[in-house]
Amino acid sequence: MDFTTFLWATFGVFVTLATFSFLYKDNPFYKFAEHLVVGVSAGYFVIILWHNSLKPNLFARLADGDWFYLWLNSTQPWYLIPAIIGAMMWTRFSKDYAWVSRYPMAMYIGIATGMAIPLEMANRINKQLYATMQLVKIDTTDLSGYFFGYGGFNLLDISNGVSNMIVFVGMITALIYFFFSKAHTGWFGKMAKVGIWTLMIGFGASFGFTVMARISLFIQRIQDVDSWGRVALNAGVTPNPNYNNWYQLVFWALIVFVLGYIIREIMMFIKSKSVKAET
Amino acid sequence: MGVFEKLMKLDRRWVFLFLVVVCVVTYYIDYDVPILPEDESRKLYDFIDSLPPGDIVFVAIDYDPNSMAELHPMTYAIVEDCWRRDLKVIITALSQNGPGMADQVIRDISDSMTVDRTYNGVEYKGREIANGIDYAFLGYKPYYTLVILGMGQDFRLPFPTDYYGTPIDSLPMMQGVINYDNIACVISLSSGTISDGWISYGQGRFGFPMFFGLTGVMTAQYYPYYGSGQLRGLMGGMLGAAQYESYADNPGRAMDAMKVQLPAHLVIIFFIIMGNIGYFASKSKKFEEVG
Repeated sequence: MDFTTFLWATFGVFVTLATFSFLYKDNPFYKFAEHLVVGVSAGYFVIILWHNSLKPNLFARLADGDWFYLWLNSTQPWYLIPAIIGAMMWTRFSKDYAWVSRYPMAMYIGIATGMAIPLEMANRINKQLYATMQLVKIDTTDLSGYFFGYGGFNLLDISNGVSNMIVFVGMITALIYFFFSKAHTGWFGKMAKVGIWTLMIGFGASFGFTVMARISLFIQRIQDVDSWGRVALNAGVTPNPNYNNWYQLVFWALIVFVLGYIIREIMMFIKSKSVKAET
Repeated sequence: MGVFEKLMKLDRRWVFLFLVVVCVVTYYIDYDVPILPEDESRKLYDFIDSLPPGDIVFVAIDYDPNSMAELHPMTYAIVEDCWRRDLKVIITALSQNGPGMADQVIRDISDSMTVDRTYNGVEYKGREIANGIDYAFLGYKPYYTLVILGMGQDFRLPFPTDYYGTPIDSLPMMQGVINYDNIACVISLSSGTISDGWISYGQGRFGFPMFFGLTGVMTAQYYPYYGSGQLRGLMGGMLGAAQYESYADNPGRAMDAMKVQLPAHLVIIFFIIMGNIGYFASKSKKFEEVG
């Protein structure tokens, strides 16, 4: 690892620690990291958009033409049409001509809606409805599958057995919970209660996964900081022969910097306590 | 002030600190956590395992760096598994910050592919990975719905060139590869609504075998698509990544992370139980005081 790569890796660790410092309280390091990530993302996106989209999909297709003739002598001049429609969006910045942008916007929304409605309906509603109805289709020639899952007794087998009925009952009762045209009393109220339990179980599953996701983010940072530390102190399994001891200076400078900030915070905390005690 | 009242007023930063200490300490303790197989992730591995050499797997890197903790290990495990089996890979990044990460994956795995490895008792000789022969990295295009639909017609419509600016037609592995009909499956590793796009505009419209690798936050939401058969398989969060690494016998960051997940979850469950006990205890005390 050369010194430049080492410096960037060190900067990455610094930004990581700066971000986690928010857990203690808002501070200038966190603000710096926050603004940096927003700025870098926006800048990166612009460059990616140019090199991956505008250049190959528009300008390269018109490039066999000539700038002076506005690409009208290109072999694919029709690509000027989307270019003009796209440019019309920019009239939003003019008070007098902002109305022009409504035409490309209307086209965009119209096309998107036309594509979305049939496909969304077919794939995210109808297929789910079919699947739910399939769950309760009972094969009377072999009932064992409804009580015994693959490879033995398994009440909660996802594709078979009693779990099918649980899904069906859960779906119906959860829908009843959201049906407000009838008072939730009597048998209807009891079913709505089952619906609440179904929803809570669903939310619980989501919560469990979310906890795993959040912890995963933290673990990945630990892994990165750990691998950086091994490089910074040349403490890896196979020491780097090109390691320069000056690298450690950066490592210790970072430690001193962070410790300095922590000491400053402790001093301020003690000071605020003593001021409170005096008053 | 009783114990439970103190507990209810505990500064949440102590909870954070405790969790940090548990995570860091367990990270440095060497022990193994069993990774239990699950049908939904196993089906993806079995599908890849069933493909003959030369088949094309489409890997969509539809996530940003903020989700790389969970999804990057999946990408590494899947792409290396494909290349070790001599499968070809088409890679896209439909998320705007994805191309850089996809490029990193390609470079890193290309390096590790030069080394001989043995996975599940099978010895794989190291070899050089070549752009256009083993993989085609098509890059990023905005408006994923249009891109997904466009690729169903012809990959060249949204992607006239690959990420590096080479015309797709000049890549050897793309000769005769027109659209989804010419690939074995699509694996979308996603951290957002792009997965909805793949279901509605991709799998639903063109009917190819579809697999998802999702962040933990999203996973529960997509199980109905697995149940309905729209998804052939599904990997959820870091556990899904660890499962794939375990099936492929290629331990990586995800399997390493699971030894921290277990104690971290136990700590969180402990705090939830204590918080609930504290809540109900203080509630009943108030009830007694009111009479």
